[in-house]
Amino acid sequence: MLKIDNLHVRVAGREILKGLSLEAKAGEVHAIMGPNGAGKSTLGNVLAGREGYEVTAGTVEFEGQNLLELAPEERAAAGVFLAFQYPVEIPGVNNTYFLRAALNAQRRQRGEAELDSMQFLKKVREKLAVLHLKDELLHRAVNEGFSGGEKKRNEIFQLALLEPKLAILDETDSGLDIDAMKLVADGVNAMRDPARSFLVITHYQRLLDYIVPDVVHVLAEGRIVESGDRTLAHELEAHGYGWVAGRHAPAGAA
Amino acid sequence: MGAFLDSMLAGRDGLGGVRAEAAAALLRDGLPGPREEAWKYTSLRALEQRRYAPAPGEATDVPALAAFALPGVDGARLVFVNGVFQPALSDLQAAPGVEILPYREHPGQLDKDLEGHHGTGSADAFLRLNTALVEDGASIRVVAGADAGAPIHLVILGAPAAADLAWQLRLQVELGAGARLSLVEHHLGNDEHAHLGNLVANYVLGAGARLELLQVQDAGERATLIRRGSFHVGEDAQLAATTLEAGAQMTRHDFRVHLAGRGARLESRGVFVLHGRQHADTHMDVRHEARDTSSDVLWRGVADQRSRGVFHGAITIAEGADGADAALSNKNLLLSPQAEIDTQPALEIYADEVKAAHGATVGQLDEQALFYLRTRGIPLDAARRILVSAFCSAVFADLQPAVLRERLDELLATRLPQAGE
Repeated sequence: MLKIDNLHVRVAGREILKGLSLEAKAGEVHAIMGPNGAGKSTLGNVLAGREGYEVTAGTVEFEGQNLLELAPEERAAAGVFLAFQYPVEIPGVNNTYFLRAALNAQRRQRGEAELDSMQFLKKVREKLAVLHLKDELLHRAVNEGFSGGEKKRNEIFQLALLEPKLAILDETDSGLDIDAMKLVADGVNAMRDPARSFLVITHYQRLLDYIVPDVVHVLAEGRIVESGDRTLAHELEAHGYGWVAGRHAPAGAA
Repeated sequence: MGAFLDSMLAGRDGLGGVRAEAAAALLRDGLPGPREEAWKYTSLRALEQRRYAPAPGEATDVPALAAFALPGVDGARLVFVNGVFQPALSDLQAAPGVEILPYREHPGQLDKDLEGHHGTGSADAFLRLNTALVEDGASIRVVAGADAGAPIHLVILGAPAAADLAWQLRLQVELGAGARLSLVEHHLGNDEHAHLGNLVANYVLGAGARLELLQVQDAGERATLIRRGSFHVGEDAQLAATTLEAGAQMTRHDFRVHLAGRGARLESRGVFVLHGRQHADTHMDVRHEARDTSSDVLWRGVADQRSRGVFHGAITIAEGADGADAALSNKNLLLSPQAEIDTQPALEIYADEVKAAHGATVGQLDEQALFYLRTRGIPLDAARRILVSAFCSAVFADLQPAVLRERLDELLATRLPQAGE
């Protein structure tokens, strides 16, 4: 599904990712954990195609194609979805209109028939129920005046509606209380599928109690320094990121 | 005398009365230059060198009625093609208490209205030009207490002719006490002509009257259009105006509102959407002249490619106009590094106990929002259109009926950046 090899990325002249490699197969859930400043959000942004992220070396393959040469909308149509750490408020753009425009734009790019408003609303109702979202959110402007929890749930709602092949969750748990986090996790778990992969980027182990990963990676200093099964997340929780850093001190350091 | 005034005034020696005065003043002072504050951002140098054939000229290609119909605008209709009233395309049937007099058929009425409202003391060159030469237009009068009902459609159309024409139109609209009128001023044309249109409109709203004015400016892409609207709003009278500026190569729109009676109210919503090398200059001049008057002005501007937009928003609260409440918001969006928007808010207050809020901004599309839309699969050009439409959405939000609002949203959408641009 996703193969990242020796990825180097500069942001504003500073190298943030320094040789990151990672492979996720269809159906797998990979957690990316790491301290602040390790490059976690950079990874999400560079995979989604945000401007200002300069790839200086390395490759990213998504289903056999070079992901890095695609525009953000082409990546979306190919099946890549980024749930934002800070979802953007767009005043004046109705949420329902936005969702339908997005879904139909993707379908057009894939050569599929667009959904009419009846078909679209039917799909929306199904997905709303799973996330316990209020209808009322559909009639408001995109994310405008949403609480932190509503914004994150709206991201997962979009994920459910757009049904991507690869979903990247960028610190979706940040700013959520335990109830909201459970709702978000329920939404994600309902989307787990043998044909769909997840990259769950998080600072804390807590979310991974609810979205149980197949693989846990530790991202530090711009690289994956350790990978393991779900128990690695618990070790990190117990010992802190310093524990990993100590085991992977650069050669020559004390 | 420059080529422009020469072509307009040569051989017009037989003018009398206010027309002669206006022509003489125009010849003496000429067109305003760049040192005049009101014309700082709009140069008339190119216009001064142009020559126009005198209107009326015969239009060669007049579109069918359906081409300018607007949904929900189904009252009386006055159609002017290249500045000439078209009885065959018009329908003057109106509600009881409404009198519509086309000046071409009622020249005596034009003389009376000119004498009464020729703008004594004003040094505006285009007002003088209009006063000197105008032969067409209409007076619309609604008697006290009458409701004119369905919107009256004033269609001002530019059509191809043998030469580029200059035309003058005059409009005199008077509402008696408590009268109601809905009026649509609709400019349109195609790019096969480069006429100059010069419209002077005077509105008088009696006590408690209400005027709903919709201005849809979709003139031909090579046309020059000068408009001057003066509104005298009486006690407790209301003016609700919605303005779309989308067409014309060069346009200047003066919108002068005198809130003259206690409790008089103005609500103005407007937007200009420019592309190519279009130039649109809007001057709002709102004068609070009586107690407890209020004004609420909300304008948006969008400029793409090499276009230039100017918005001058002046509010004056005169001495004694205590309790006045004035709000003006002008937000603008630049879609191209070559586009330019100049916004000049100006507030002068000579009264105590007033409320005045003033805000003007010029910015660019929010990159974060663009990226967000794109990550959901919406292509860049569509994402830009969605954000620009949203930016303008407040302007038409309250417009009724919904079918008319939708038509204007569509018209706006056709002027937004298209794929491949």
